Amino acid sequence: MILFLEQGLNGLQFGLMLFLLAAGLTLVFGIMDMINLAHGSLYMIGAYLAALILGSTGSFLLAVAGSLAGTAVLGMLLEISVLRRLYSRDHLSQVLATFALLLIANESMRILFGSQALTLNPPAVLSGPVELAPGFFYPAYRLLIIGVGLAVALLLYLLVSRTRIGMLVRAGASNREMALAMGVNVRALFTAVFGFGAALCALAGAMLGPLLAVEVGMGEGILILAFVVIVIGGIGSIRGALAGAVIVGVVDTLGRTLLPMSLRTVLPPTVAGNLGPSLASILIYVLMAAVLFWRPQGLFPARG
Amino acid sequence: MGVQLDHPLHAAVALPLLAALIVFPFVVLAIDEPFYVVLASRILIFALVATSLNLLVGFGGMVSFGHAAFLGAGAYVVAILMQHGVASAWIAWPAAVAVAALAALAIGAVCLRTRGVYFIMITLAFAQMVYFVFVSLKAYGGDDGLSLASRSVVAPGIDLNSDTLFYYVVLAFASTGFFLFARLVNSRFGRVLQGIRENETRMEALGYAVHRYKLGAFVLAGATAGLGGALLVNQNELASPGTLSWTQSGMLLTMVILGGVGYLWGGVMGAAALLLMEELLAAYTIHWQLGLGLVLLAVVLFAPNGLATLARAAGPGGRDG
Repeated sequence: MILFLEQGLNGLQFGLMLFLLAAGLTLVFGIMDMINLAHGSLYMIGAYLAALILGSTGSFLLAVAGSLAGTAVLGMLLEISVLRRLYSRDHLSQVLATFALLLIANESMRILFGSQALTLNPPAVLSGPVELAPGFFYPAYRLLIIGVGLAVALLLYLLVSRTRIGMLVRAGASNREMALAMGVNVRALFTAVFGFGAALCALAGAMLGPLLAVEVGMGEGILILAFVVIVIGGIGSIRGALAGAVIVGVVDTLGRTLLPMSLRTVLPPTVAGNLGPSLASILIYVLMAAVLFWRPQGLFPARG
Repeated sequence: MGVQLDHPLHAAVALPLLAALIVFPFVVLAIDEPFYVVLASRILIFALVATSLNLLVGFGGMVSFGHAAFLGAGAYVVAILMQHGVASAWIAWPAAVAVAALAALAIGAVCLRTRGVYFIMITLAFAQMVYFVFVSLKAYGGDDGLSLASRSVVAPGIDLNSDTLFYYVVLAFASTGFFLFARLVNSRFGRVLQGIRENETRMEALGYAVHRYKLGAFVLAGATAGLGGALLVNQNELASPGTLSWTQSGMLLTMVILGGVGYLWGGVMGAAALLLMEELLAAYTIHWQLGLGLVLLAVVLFAPNGLATLARAAGPGGRDG
């Protein structure tokens, strides 16, 4: 039971961080109709920036803030210099161009910081566990991540559903041509959305940095997961991204613990030991394929 | 720009190229640079695989982001059979093709019900499943990959461990494959496939079994990639999870786009350009991926239709497509 709870929370924590990536990705995908494979690179750059700032200032808060701001600026520069030219192109060109950006980002980081993984330590205050219920301890830092993730989700919800800029974003996601025709300054909106998405990536990178290794290529695995999330949730939908992210996070984390355990009860241990992890890793892709097959527009479609 | 449905294979281009490829090992061995034979084998293998992907992307309008699954499946079939003592190429290579074709049939049957960007994503999902299945097979190397004891056995006296001999085997497969591909895209099947690419609904209305044509192309491309995998694993003497990864699928797509989507020579030119660029840059710096990224970016921004279009504008039989 304790294990179940703990893994459930771990899944939620991972899912919320996935949501930070998926939110930006789904907006870029939904509004600009653009496949951005370099989104994971912004996450990596955010983590590197955080590690760099933490190393020189020693303040975790400053590291997160600096990495957010730096990555947002970088994201906007990227949008203005390269990505803007790709909106009108087909998906193939976008895939190639952003794949090129991914290679450039990876190699630049390798040149600047070497192949060795950097360490990003969580603040000392949060390094210990917290007793959530009698006898149930949970790491404080992971709780902080859950808190930050929920806060950002709430903030995004308010931003998208209550503000003027949020309205423009929704208009762009549900019908881009119409939004254009109604005189929305789409160029500025796109740049802003992209910068915001980049900042969310950096937040995820900086927060997850202490749990995972800050290294070249860290963005690729999570990028694919973010794509799974937005496909499950529905492209262009923030609500869908949140739901999809939590589903993917929880299914993946619980699957990794529970599947091998439950398989062991029906199969010989060697077979279960082989089969369990493999089944667990493909679980979310099966989920994604199933969603695409039966509900290609996703669970929470953005377009009516 | 009109759509061109004819993709003639000019003998004036193909035959001299083939002749050059046949004498190539003699030349480089004469100047004592045997490495180039290995590089050329690698390029030919990827030319075959990229061409098979071009059949899907360029001629069928199916942007598959999971082609590495079939390449890797072919590679692993040969390596796994080898581990169990089946070294004969006559058994292992057809098995690799058959497994890849069956996998393509199963995956294609599901994926082809989706369109556009959803198709890109669902092929990616299936390729990831295949990747994780092989990574988790600890008995077959897991993360480390599975190395071959030696290259496949063809017949007594024919030793594929000789790089030159292996090059000729690869050349035979690649040139035959390319010739058949050229015949295929100009056949009725190829015309129908291109028709589907242009307007699926209309082809459906005309009474073509659109789904079957697409699935046929998907299986054919998958089987060819499986053959490529069988060759590649012999070349590297290692079946690695990297062959199955989504970045490998990205590289294959990159070759096709770089060479020219929907152009006869697109896959060949893309594979050659990418691998040569890789080799050239790697000779100067360990950070060759940076240069590769910059070149690819420049290609997308400034030569949007790939290298084959440049060649078509300048080369013999130059009819603007």
